[in-house]
Amino acid sequence: MLNPISVAFKKAKAEKRPALLTYTVAGDSSKKQSLDILKSISKNADILEVGVPHNTPVADGSQIQTSAYRAIEKGIKINDIFRIVRDFKKFDKNKPIILMGYYNMIFQYGDNSFLNKCKNSGVNGLIVVDLPWPENKNFAKKCKRKSIYFIQLLSPTTTSKRLKKIIQNSHPMNYFISMLSTTGGKLKVSPKEIIKNYNRIKKINPKKEIVIGFGITDKTIGKLKSADGLVVGSAICKEITRSLNSRQNPVTNVGKLVRKLKNKIK
Amino acid sequence: MKLKKRVPVIDQGNSLGFWGGKFGGNFVPETLKKPIEDLEVLFNKLKKDKKFINERDKYFKNWVGSPTRFIKLENLTNHIGGAQIWSKVVSDANGGAHKIYNATVHCLLAKRSGKKIICGDTGAGYAGKMLSMAAKKFGLKCKIFMGAKDIARQQPNVKAMKKNGAEVIPVYSGSQTLVDAVSECMRFWVANCDTTAMCVGSTVGPAVFVRICGWSTSQISRELKVQLIDEFGTIPKKLKLYNCVGGGSSSFGFWNEFMDYDKRQVEFIGVEAGGPKKSKKHAAPLTYGSKIGILHGAAQYVNQNSDGQIEETESISAGLDYPGISPLHCFLKDTKRARYTAASDEEALTAYKLVTKFEKLRPSLEPSHAFFVALKEAKKLSKNTVVVINSCGDAYKDRGILKERLGKKYVKSN
Ligand SMILES: Cc1ncc(COP(=O)(O)O)c(C=O)c1O
Repeated sequence: MLNPISVAFKKAKAEKRPALLTYTVAGDSSKKQSLDILKSISKNADILEVGVPHNTPVADGSQIQTSAYRAIEKGIKINDIFRIVRDFKKFDKNKPIILMGYYNMIFQYGDNSFLNKCKNSGVNGLIVVDLPWPENKNFAKKCKRKSIYFIQLLSPTTTSKRLKKIIQNSHPMNYFISMLSTTGGKLKVSPKEIIKNYNRIKKINPKKEIVIGFGITDKTIGKLKSADGLVVGSAICKEITRSLNSRQNPVTNVGKLVRKLKNKIK
Repeated sequence: MKLKKRVPVIDQGNSLGFWGGKFGGNFVPETLKKPIEDLEVLFNKLKKDKKFINERDKYFKNWVGSPTRFIKLENLTNHIGGAQIWSKVVSDANGGAHKIYNATVHCLLAKRSGKKIICGDTGAGYAGKMLSMAAKKFGLKCKIFMGAKDIARQQPNVKAMKKNGAEVIPVYSGSQTLVDAVSECMRFWVANCDTTAMCVGSTVGPAVFVRICGWSTSQISRELKVQLIDEFGTIPKKLKLYNCVGGGSSSFGFWNEFMDYDKRQVEFIGVEAGGPKKSKKHAAPLTYGSKIGILHGAAQYVNQNSDGQIEETESISAGLDYPGISPLHCFLKDTKRARYTAASDEEALTAYKLVTKFEKLRPSLEPSHAFFVALKEAKKLSKNTVVVINSCGDAYKDRGILKERLGKKYVKSN
């Protein structure tokens, strides 16, 4: 059976648009609410990235940190996250889910137990921010055995030689970090420049799906349409914070934002 | 797990940067792979380059001020009535602590790599103060990340940083202490690694930072070895080296040159921060058996919960208030080369009172932890045992805390 992640890319291609990937933090601002948010955006998002909140995140900007700290404060545990994924899959079983987090949490759970849990609850892919290539070789192999995509990150600082090696060894989907930044930074390079870098990477092996993320908002998403997929994270986390601060319902607001994002890339 | 002889410990990691196959490494975002590799190439080249070594030694000698004193604490020795008690007064170094060695080397490296800005973390404020001094000396712009709680409790060092022209950026996330400052500094580097060099303030972080820092602070034991031979004609038959351990840079530097001696001759004792007596929180992952985890790019023993969230620490000394510990010390612990224990806040204060009562020496709260354990153990040791405590910081920065906890009389003469 084809991984639902690949199915999602196919479907988006058939509609001549990039896949829309959203990032929200599990447990933000409560277990139930984060599940409701996933349900409310699943109509318009093609792939759902679910953040595993960590309290010493070395690559996240302030918006995602705020979401993560909020979730941890409310007591979210890894097993709750698996429960959220499982409950979501009961609601929409074909929608792909990618967990994104830091390696210590996986390491403490145990690689194998973690992957078994992923498999059983319906996780389709993993992004581990601080487990780069080649350190991730073994772990990526274990993912493959479970038919879970291990998604490699590529950055503007990744050398050509390294890009080739990473892509050669990669699973069907990779993630290109648009610029030198933590998540949520302002786009400090033009979309044109980003697409130029993206094309250079895409050429190495056109069969691999490459998504672009970091700094994408409803203002910029329309200019990056030629990519295989686009990830929006901090803008969504920010919307949750804004809603909470103004005593509005994050579930409906985030639902609206994701619909707007989808309309921009149609 | 085995410690090799005649190979510097900083070079005993494997090709992926793991000591003993499991401590250290490079758990970093992809963006940092290239800058870290560049730094590794540069450092590996320069540490073998005679000209570079000469340059380093010149600055250590003329600017940092080397050697720092090695003195006998006669009054304390008489009062305790056991082993001979000595101190290596590393707080003599320019700026008042050992953090100057690492800061100087990082600025020299930054200059060689053509970077114009350097960023760094700080807890007690010494790492930040020294980096601001070195940056000023070498014409680099300097940004220091510091937890808001530490900014409040280490004001003298904050003032010094600002005076040196550094920008001090308060960090409000998490516990607002060193752990958060290091995270924020790494995040800043992720976003600015094209223009900016990073200095990690201790022997922590991705492997190359552990190595650079350990290489730099080893100046302390190079000096001590010479001073011991000058004093005793040889390395004493029973030598015990006590040092406080936060991230582990001063202790590693204090011990490095003695690594190959049998531990029955030269024993290393690392003293971690046990925190307040009444609190369950501490900053002593080695003493209290914390599990291996990943923090700031390296695998190490670290205080964490079962989910892998890093736990908050508590210590009276900002410099030791860190949930993790250098991979080098994890390695020294598991190979049994060094012994680790902890002193509580109250015990550190007791030692501070005792040392300042008998000697003209004002160790900051960090080395006061080491003094407590050393003085306690010295009582039971023979006269021919030489106990040396690294007094790696001066108490001037702690005047606010000392006044509050012990009263005015303990800060007056500063
Ligand atoms: C005086 C002093 N001693 C010790 C430490 C602890 O750090 P390390 O274990 O790296 O020497 C610090 C850190 O700020 C310090 O300022």
